[in-house]
Amino acid sequence: MDTIYALASAQGKSGVAVIRISGPRAHNAVRALAGDLPEVRRTSLRNLRDGDGGLIDSGLVVVFSEGASFTGEAAAELHVHGSRATIAAVLRALSMRPGLRPAEPGEFSRRAFENGRLDLTEVEGLADLIDAETEAQRRQALRVLSGALRERTENWRERMIQAMSLLEASIDFAEEDVPEDVLPEVRSLLLALRSDLHAELAGSAAAERIRDGFEVAIIGPPNIGKSTLLNRLAGRDAAITSEIAGTTRDVIEVRMDLGGLPVTILDTAGLRETGDVVEALGIERALQRARMADIRVVLSDGTRLPGVEIGPEDIVVRAKGDLHEGSGAAVSGLTGAGVTELLARLADTLSSRVANAGLAVQERHRLAIGVAVAALNSALARLNDEAEHPEIPAEDLRRAVYALDALVGRVDVEQVLDRIFSSFCIGK
Amino acid sequence: MKHEAFDVIVIGGGHAGCEAAHAAARMGTQVALITLDATKIGVMSCNPAIGGLGKGHLVREIDALDGLMGRAADRAGIQFRLLNRRKGPAVQGPRTQADRTLYRLAVQEILAERPDITVVAGEVADLLMEGDRVRGVVLADGSEIAAASVIVTTGTFLRGVIHIGDVSYPAGRMGEQPSNRLADRFSALNLPLGRLKTGTPPRLDGRTINWEGLKSQPGDPDPVFLSFLTAEVTAPQVSCGITHTNERTHEIITRNLGRSAMYGGRIEGVGPRYCPSIEDKVVRFADKTSHQVFLEPEGVDDPTVYPNGISTSLPADVQAEYVHSMRGLERSVILQPGYAIEYDYVDPRALSLDLGVKAIRGLFLAGQINGTTGYEEAAAQGLVAGLNAAQFVRGREAVHFSRTDSYIGVMIDDLTSRGAAEPYRMFTSRAEFRLALRADNADQRLTPLGRAIGCVGESRARQFETKLAALDAGRAHLAGESWTPRELAAAGFKISQDGGRRSSLDVLAFPDVRFADLVRLNPQHGETAGEIGEQLWRDALYAKYLDRQTRDVETLRREESTRIPADFLYEGVSGLSAELQQKLSRVRPATMAQAARIEGMTPAALLLLLSRLRAPRKLRDAG
Ligand SMILES: Cc1cc2nc3c(=O)[nH]c(=O)nc-3n(C[C@H](O)[C@H](O)[C@H](O)COP(=O)(O)OP(=O)(O)OC[C@H]3O[C@@H](n4cnc5c(N)ncnc54)[C@H](O)[C@@H]3O)c2cc1C
Repeated sequence: MDTIYALASAQGKSGVAVIRISGPRAHNAVRALAGDLPEVRRTSLRNLRDGDGGLIDSGLVVVFSEGASFTGEAAAELHVHGSRATIAAVLRALSMRPGLRPAEPGEFSRRAFENGRLDLTEVEGLADLIDAETEAQRRQALRVLSGALRERTENWRERMIQAMSLLEASIDFAEEDVPEDVLPEVRSLLLALRSDLHAELAGSAAAERIRDGFEVAIIGPPNIGKSTLLNRLAGRDAAITSEIAGTTRDVIEVRMDLGGLPVTILDTAGLRETGDVVEALGIERALQRARMADIRVVLSDGTRLPGVEIGPEDIVVRAKGDLHEGSGAAVSGLTGAGVTELLARLADTLSSRVANAGLAVQERHRLAIGVAVAALNSALARLNDEAEHPEIPAEDLRRAVYALDALVGRVDVEQVLDRIFSSFCIGK
Repeated sequence: MKHEAFDVIVIGGGHAGCEAAHAAARMGTQVALITLDATKIGVMSCNPAIGGLGKGHLVREIDALDGLMGRAADRAGIQFRLLNRRKGPAVQGPRTQADRTLYRLAVQEILAERPDITVVAGEVADLLMEGDRVRGVVLADGSEIAAASVIVTTGTFLRGVIHIGDVSYPAGRMGEQPSNRLADRFSALNLPLGRLKTGTPPRLDGRTINWEGLKSQPGDPDPVFLSFLTAEVTAPQVSCGITHTNERTHEIITRNLGRSAMYGGRIEGVGPRYCPSIEDKVVRFADKTSHQVFLEPEGVDDPTVYPNGISTSLPADVQAEYVHSMRGLERSVILQPGYAIEYDYVDPRALSLDLGVKAIRGLFLAGQINGTTGYEEAAAQGLVAGLNAAQFVRGREAVHFSRTDSYIGVMIDDLTSRGAAEPYRMFTSRAEFRLALRADNADQRLTPLGRAIGCVGESRARQFETKLAALDAGRAHLAGESWTPRELAAAGFKISQDGGRRSSLDVLAFPDVRFADLVRLNPQHGETAGEIGEQLWRDALYAKYLDRQTRDVETLRREESTRIPADFLYEGVSGLSAELQQKLSRVRPATMAQAARIEGMTPAALLLLLSRLRAPRKLRDAG
């Protein structure tokens, strides 16, 4: 039995997000993320870390034992900050664990049934619940699937089925008038398919941003005017600004519309070496968030910042442009000088990233495509050997197609056979 | 005239009927096998071959359950070939060209060995019914035979009509009467009937074929048999010839299309796409200027040749013209013209997984009557119906096969959940667990099951135990010894030097390694019997993939084990769309697994069904 997980609270930004995990490996997964397994049915605060030990968030963890959970299985809930980045990071960390996979629609309730966890009234009320659930799911799926992504996936599937039918024809109709060597054609179909899937994966990060928003982190040494700049950008007092260095201990977020793109600006704790434990914690968090952000705006006074790597698309500006004269772009949160230019540059950078956005906007889509790519790779590796055992790459293709089924309806062997009979003259 | 009562009556002495009768008898019931003409028991209506891709798998499965088809085919085998020999073991299929006469006699002999099977020659005209339960049959002469259970395996005989060009007449197959009264009974019982068609090529006199200069295809030098019990070839071996159609052949056919029964619009039944008539091939693949034709001898002492690839419903004179246009056949004499046959079949969605008619207790259907085509498909269903008729008579639980354990399970699941829009034939690509369901391990998959239900005899059981013990010992030996990368490299195995020790079982899973190579590591392996070594290699080859499939297998098994009662009320289940309600009431899936495969099912709808299935139990628990 697989262990499944999913975001249980509403999609999108919220104060707190709940991620639910259920199945035999649920407790293992919690142990891996939270460092230990908290006592069952007690809310406990834990730092959640990814596979490399990087801090994702600190949140509340609740563990349920088998027989005493919603599904009846060993289960857990993670209550984390409801930002897109945090949720995605937790889901990604879960997806890396062996034996875990995203839940299918309705799967938690289904498991609850199978384990007899729902009582009579709940069972009777279920029809309505499901109607609601499916309607929401349908609408949600439709948004993505109506049109572009569906068409694209259909196209991939079509080509995958074409490759499968060639391979299957060479297996099941070896004695018939089918072309002798189908492998070159299968190979070229698969290679083209793989590069399309790769492109989709590459574009999916941008697609996700279009849906959930970009993150821009403002970083710099303490007291350099990050908060003032944020306030200027947001046009309101979002962060507490004061003259005392190190005021912004936590991360402050302000959401805005930038050239039509949803953008969240993060104001982070000032970066410096410090002996203060509390401040150090704030700085670690600031760094973590800054690394995960799409773009970093570095407010600089010329000194080097500890712990940040500055990427080619990151924006470095001279801080407090009203005070310091000098060359290069400068900005002042206080006077507003340079802010328009900064915004224009941000909008520019972001829209160029959006230009090659893919359609696979959900983590689920990406995982499915990832599985398909892995299966294609394995098939291609096999097809390069002189194919003594075509049934093995055929098995890989079957997996690849099943993976794409997660995106649209189900493929079925009848479709493969249809293709064979319409392409080849079979029948002695 | 009054006959004594039987436990099981089997109607029809074709491949389904023979297998059904034999299986029911092995299960310890008294069987009457009623067929139109006792001398025609075991007749091959069409091509003289048993086995092949997917089909060979079915025969091995029948054999693993101690059925008769594999044994009979081996006795009649005049040319053995393992198809896909150069591909992997999962997709290899044993096949034999069978001497038509020897096959028929072998089947009759094997049946005659059983005192618990009584053969009755006669036409069954009607069923004896008592409410929704079948009680026996009525023969055309008015006599009645009582039985607790009846298996119908009448093949193409229900309202059969033969077409040769513009000539058509009622027939069950060439030279035999159709069974129309039985068909009427089925209509009256409200069984859903449909119409299918199939065709057969003209038969040629081999003595008038010019074999000179035709390519010939011999059998394998080391024959692979259909039965696990067969040790050696018993019949003389022959080769097949190969010729081709050519542009003139196609021109003759195109010019006469209007006279073909099919193209003249005289046939409404749907034919199999994988067994198209030559008319079909010429029309649908107009750019091909030539098609292969295999010239298969029908027997050692029989001059008849079956030209595989040119089945037709053109008039006899056109058949002669196009046959003569082919190389080697210029002067050949046609012994019997090709024809198409149209017949009634029962939509198999009316059946449960034990092949019993859902609406009528004690009545089972098997073979072509269920919309399949082919001897092997028919025989496999016969076996299932035979086993289950016996279980029914004894009041025992039905024997179900699963997609996860056999091709038989795949076929029955396909038929009962999706029906047969065209004649259904087995292919290896239909089995999603193809790497695990192999012809070579059919005995390991099914013989234990057969032992448990009681259809496997002592001698096969003993032979199987011996083989299993040898396999287990061999596997333990391989798993128990291991080698360093250095040792492996020294023995000539390509391996990266950074890994840890590998067991011999791991080594066997390397690409390009065969069992014989292990001797380089440990000479003792030279003593392992050839077949055992091969078998260990086949298992090792797919090991990685089989592990991965285990999860899928588990999921499917769980869904298969959640039964839906046959009388479940779908109407009025709130939350289920009207369309799905209708579909479900029509198909009546037996399990959640079958429900999941119905077109248009959603996860939510499945959940809803599950909740309804649980509700009554909950109520009881609560009370
Ligand atoms: C013309 C033709 C072409 C075919 N072509 C192909 C092909 O190309 N490829 C392929 O794979 N398969 C082909 N087949 C199919 C193959 O022969 C059958 O699928 C297989 O033989 C079916 O087995 P069965 O046991 O269901 O029926 P059959 O073998 O047809 O046996 C039916 C039996 O029932 C008996 N019977 C019928 N009615 C009554 C009654 N009322 N009372 C008593 N006995 C009765 C008959 O005498 C007969 O013994 C063809 C069949 C025919 C007739």
